[in-house]
Amino acid sequence: MSDLEQFRMEARAWLEENCPAEMREPVRGEDDVCWGGRNWTFKNEAQKLWLERCVAKGYTVPDWPQAYGGAGLTAAQAKILRQEMARINARPPLSSFGIWMLGPALLQFGTEEQKVHYLGQIARGEIRWCQGYSEPGSGSDLVSLQTFGEDKGDHWNVNGSKIWTSYADKCDWIFCLVRTDKTNKYQGISFLLFDMTTPGVSTKPIKLISGNSPFCETFFDNVVVPKDQIVGQLNRGWDVAKYLLGHEREMISGGGLGDGAPSLGAQMVASIGTNGLGQLDDGLLRAELAQFDVDALAFKAMAERFTDEMKSGKGHPAQPNMMKYAGTELNKRRHELVMAGNGSDALEWESEASKGGAKARNWLRTKANSIEGGTSEVMLNVIAKRILDLPGA
Amino acid sequence: MPMYLNEDQTMLRDSAREFLKSEAPVSHMRKLRDENCKDGFRHALWKQFGEMGFTGILIGEDDGGLGLGHVEAGVVLEEIGRNLSPSPFLTTAIAGVAALNHGGQHLKDKFFPGILAGETVLALAIDEGAKHRPAHIATKAERSGNGFKLTGQKQFVIQGASADALIVAARTAGAPGETDGITLFAVEKDAANMSMDSARLVDSSMAAHVTLDGVEVDGDAVIGEVDNGWQVLSGLLRAGRAGSAAELVGVGAGAMDMTVDYLKQRKQFGRLIGEFQALQHRSAHVYSEMGIARAAVLKAQQLLDEGKDSAEVYVSVAKAKAGRTTNLAVREGVQMHGGIGMTDEYDIGFYMKRDRALNEFMGDANFHAGRVAEIFGY
Repeated sequence: MSDLEQFRMEARAWLEENCPAEMREPVRGEDDVCWGGRNWTFKNEAQKLWLERCVAKGYTVPDWPQAYGGAGLTAAQAKILRQEMARINARPPLSSFGIWMLGPALLQFGTEEQKVHYLGQIARGEIRWCQGYSEPGSGSDLVSLQTFGEDKGDHWNVNGSKIWTSYADKCDWIFCLVRTDKTNKYQGISFLLFDMTTPGVSTKPIKLISGNSPFCETFFDNVVVPKDQIVGQLNRGWDVAKYLLGHEREMISGGGLGDGAPSLGAQMVASIGTNGLGQLDDGLLRAELAQFDVDALAFKAMAERFTDEMKSGKGHPAQPNMMKYAGTELNKRRHELVMAGNGSDALEWESEASKGGAKARNWLRTKANSIEGGTSEVMLNVIAKRILDLPGA
Repeated sequence: MPMYLNEDQTMLRDSAREFLKSEAPVSHMRKLRDENCKDGFRHALWKQFGEMGFTGILIGEDDGGLGLGHVEAGVVLEEIGRNLSPSPFLTTAIAGVAALNHGGQHLKDKFFPGILAGETVLALAIDEGAKHRPAHIATKAERSGNGFKLTGQKQFVIQGASADALIVAARTAGAPGETDGITLFAVEKDAANMSMDSARLVDSSMAAHVTLDGVEVDGDAVIGEVDNGWQVLSGLLRAGRAGSAAELVGVGAGAMDMTVDYLKQRKQFGRLIGEFQALQHRSAHVYSEMGIARAAVLKAQQLLDEGKDSAEVYVSVAKAKAGRTTNLAVREGVQMHGGIGMTDEYDIGFYMKRDRALNEFMGDANFHAGRVAEIFGY
């Protein structure tokens, strides 16, 4: 047996023994996702147990080094673990912006001390992070951001505001882009980390068209940030920010994969009904669903290829932009079809049968996918310039 | 298996790329068309395919081939697509060999040496109507003496008039539409009572209408089992569909690269047209879709090589996705080239024509999306 086959057997046995049955059910709602952090309330004992066991094994961040809370798996081993988890429908033990975004940036740019401290906290699910990037006047044109950190010798004094800060009201710490030099646009931004309970930090949830408030406005009023809480060099935070954006785009593109079911059309049989040939009783909708399934399965293959290529250093560095574009556009289409396929049942907003309007709210939520983390239009700009090398500003 | 080419496959790609670019670039195809070449391909080039070892990719090592798989076949086909190189490679060395691999040793011994040498050409006589409906076979094969007597009509038989043998799907039992009762035969070109009417297609390839008017073949001509030909035919179709999807990706990639290059050269309003965001976004969209199509094709080929059941659905995903995407790439290609894209002198139009023919071959994107729905039970 090859080493990898051996590893597969071990991973399978470990999962079989350690993944509680309740954690092998598809994620149905927001509270099925374990975000961790100081204020986290576990939904049930199984969620807690699953997290603890994975933390002990390093499986919340399997491909991070063991010194930082990971399991030190190779790319090939991590892929096998993902496959084995998918095989039993195991939920991720921990989801967090720390794992998806800050972690990779710290691995690349952090000091050894920062890695041990912050990565360990992330891996154990102790600290929940939010991201302070966009500002009211700086969306697609992010580099125009104005939040300013004034140099006060041993600390920065930060003033300004951020917007679209995901779950800011529930998070413990923030990684934040702060201008530290007003005379230099790109090389005047620093990447700072600070505690959301620091005096002067306040948040205000924003109600969205879905009726939910996953995003906040975040305000900084003379917030003191010690000098050792910077990642990378002073005024070179844009490099860190861009690196991290690649990971954010990669993460958002994952929405294109849906809930892991191989076919959306097959899920519509009950609501649409079938005709005498056993086909969906709406020929045009069936055709749309079939085209969607083709695109979704093709994208799934692309996601696998993207991961394999990135982990082996073969992919184009701008490829996450392409994945983000394709994945988010696909996910929006998926939810349009979920709404169409479920007809008037999907319109219910507050009923028990609709689980509080889950379908309609999810549908509306997906409209942000192609806006957050860089709009589809910005993604296409980046592909045109950095990959196709087309001319122009 | 990681979703990228391994070292050997990358070497194969490099040698196929170099070979086709130098021996059969688009100008080669143009020349054949201008000469009104009746075969639609050069036998000398086919011989070179044999010398390069390409024709033995799917032939097992015991039979003198390379014993490789669909991933390797796709590597060569993508380069064929990129150069629009006319050759019997897909029908003979991929789909034809896939069928013969299901047949008895006597058929392998009969055809494989010639295929390995780049001499023998096979053609596929499957379709009977304008649209690909492989179970709708009305051609009859009635028992006669030691063998069978074939009667019926076939069309879209690529390079049929130049082939040494046709692989004919006929009905030994059942009714059109049923998958049971189909039998596959290897019918040699000089068989009595077989006539062909060849036509040049839009992409300059040659295809025949074949009339079988009581063609006698002996029992040795049966590929696989009598009445169970659907299994052989399915293997032939899986190989041909995955292969044509790979070739389509090459056609789309070739059209896209040519178009992106053009955007960097053509000036209007005092600047390069590639500076216009309207064209940038559409090009970037084509790029994104092409990458996804290529991944779907590779996935299908890997699953075929691993012998997984899910290959069935992924082959249709690959053909549907590659079909739609390459069609987008060639349409955008002609549009973005503007007036020059409409001229015969410029090559982009050839890509549009080849896409049209390959899309139709072994089921178009709608056919395969419909198959995906059927496989998933809706």
